[in-house]
Amino acid sequence: MTERITTKQYIKRYLKRCITGPWSLMCGLSVTLKYFFNPKRIVTEQYPENRKTLKMHERYRGRLQMVEDADGNNHCTACGMCERACPNASINVQPTKNIAGKKVLGRYVYHFASCTQCGLCVEACPFGAIRMCQEFEVATTDSSTLEMILNKKEGQG
Amino acid sequence: MSMTQLPPGFKITRESNTEEFFVNMGPQHPSTHGALRLALRMDGETIIELVPHFGYIHRGMEKQAESMTYLQYIAMSDRQDYLTAIQNNLGVALALEKGMNIGVPERQEYIRVMLCELGRIASHLVFFGCFGGDLGGQTCLLFGFKEREMIHDILEEVTGSRLTTNFFRPGGSRFDVPENFIPRVKSFLDHMEDSMKDYERFLSKNIIVQERSIGIGILSKEDAIAYGCSGPVLRASGIDFDVRKNNPYSIYSQLEFDVPTARNGDCYDRYNVRIAEIHESMRILRQCVGKFPAEGPWRSKEKPVKLAAGRYYSEIETAKGLYGTYVVAAAGDKPYRIHTRGPSFPHIAALNKMVQGHTVSDLVTIMATLDPVIPEIDR
Repeated sequence: MTERITTKQYIKRYLKRCITGPWSLMCGLSVTLKYFFNPKRIVTEQYPENRKTLKMHERYRGRLQMVEDADGNNHCTACGMCERACPNASINVQPTKNIAGKKVLGRYVYHFASCTQCGLCVEACPFGAIRMCQEFEVATTDSSTLEMILNKKEGQG
Repeated sequence: MSMTQLPPGFKITRESNTEEFFVNMGPQHPSTHGALRLALRMDGETIIELVPHFGYIHRGMEKQAESMTYLQYIAMSDRQDYLTAIQNNLGVALALEKGMNIGVPERQEYIRVMLCELGRIASHLVFFGCFGGDLGGQTCLLFGFKEREMIHDILEEVTGSRLTTNFFRPGGSRFDVPENFIPRVKSFLDHMEDSMKDYERFLSKNIIVQERSIGIGILSKEDAIAYGCSGPVLRASGIDFDVRKNNPYSIYSQLEFDVPTARNGDCYDRYNVRIAEIHESMRILRQCVGKFPAEGPWRSKEKPVKLAAGRYYSEIETAKGLYGTYVVAAAGDKPYRIHTRGPSFPHIAALNKMVQGHTVSDLVTIMATLDPVIPEIDR
């Protein structure tokens, strides 16, 4: 796709670009200067300093959590729908039996290390017993803390 | 050096006295946008031939899908082309809707179109940033990401996640949009209108960008069709094809927008087509903001997702090109097989045609304008 042009045309175009070229660079630089003189346009957040005001949205998918009332009771019936919905086996619901012989939740084991926070478990739960919290600083120095038991109390039958 | 046997993949035979050598670009090279290895056959600084090597991040998604439920596969489709995750969700959801023989309410159609167009703008802004960044202008990278961050903030409020949205479901979506969704999109569009002027002043007319991209990496009309290119790459070669126009899905047939095309098929054309597409997406968004139904149902069906046995295909236009999902369904909630037709794979296949006779620095420009996403190629 090389177009054939005469030497005269070539020189003409070359000289034209000597003018338009630097001008286009100045145009680009003016954008930079615009930001330099208008600090209000800068959108950088000062992250560790703004921790107190930094809140995630309500639907933000963080770590999995159990919905609990003031006494620490949960709504889980150990049906295992969340376990089946999970794509990478991050949830392990271990049921047990209460005194009346009814199936209740024993331990709700959650493997945070393999969780992708897709939210399918929350969607699958028919009782609204789990939710995803707004916490986003989840780094840890101890990998054993990544495997957690979510329920504080054993199931209420 | 007389080359009796070439390494696998190289085909061109040539009579030459010059010494050829082979260079590996990648798999850790920043301009390949991921783990992609390009084997180059060089003569001095000129590339004679290029062989791409895929598979460094192959995860076997299609095989994994066979042991997954349909809903789990929607979450998986986020991980293919992570820049257009929300559009991938729609592609899978549309195929499943065909299998379930259901439609969605009007409000949901608007939600879909609006979120997808926001995703398209976000993806093209990454292109804008990476294109500038690959050419050596790191300022562009941050400029592009500034507006993209606003889109991701909207997406986070609606879907719960910035990139891996996992939002659309057959027959609806996970949630309805929050109340302040429309005002937020409106204020974003006003802001974006302003920023686009800066962008174009900054990069489009820049002499260095023009010198490095005009006439570089030309993909002819015939080659673009033969390799199965789609999206902006195809349109830059002069072919007016857009799934939104030619095979409309959702409510695109009711909306007014143009399909930007170019003639030469070089790097500068591919850049211009994408910039024009951002303008068209903003036009679509403005129409949707005006027409958005204030009330009404936002989903037609909740659960369960169960398909009748059969074969279903849907195709949509993502920011990169044509994204097709082919579902072979066994009766029940698990697929027999799901195949994905991704847009980036054919573009990398056509790369060899584009780079021949150019230098390595041109290859960086060409790679940037193809805008490939490697996890989507490898899947």
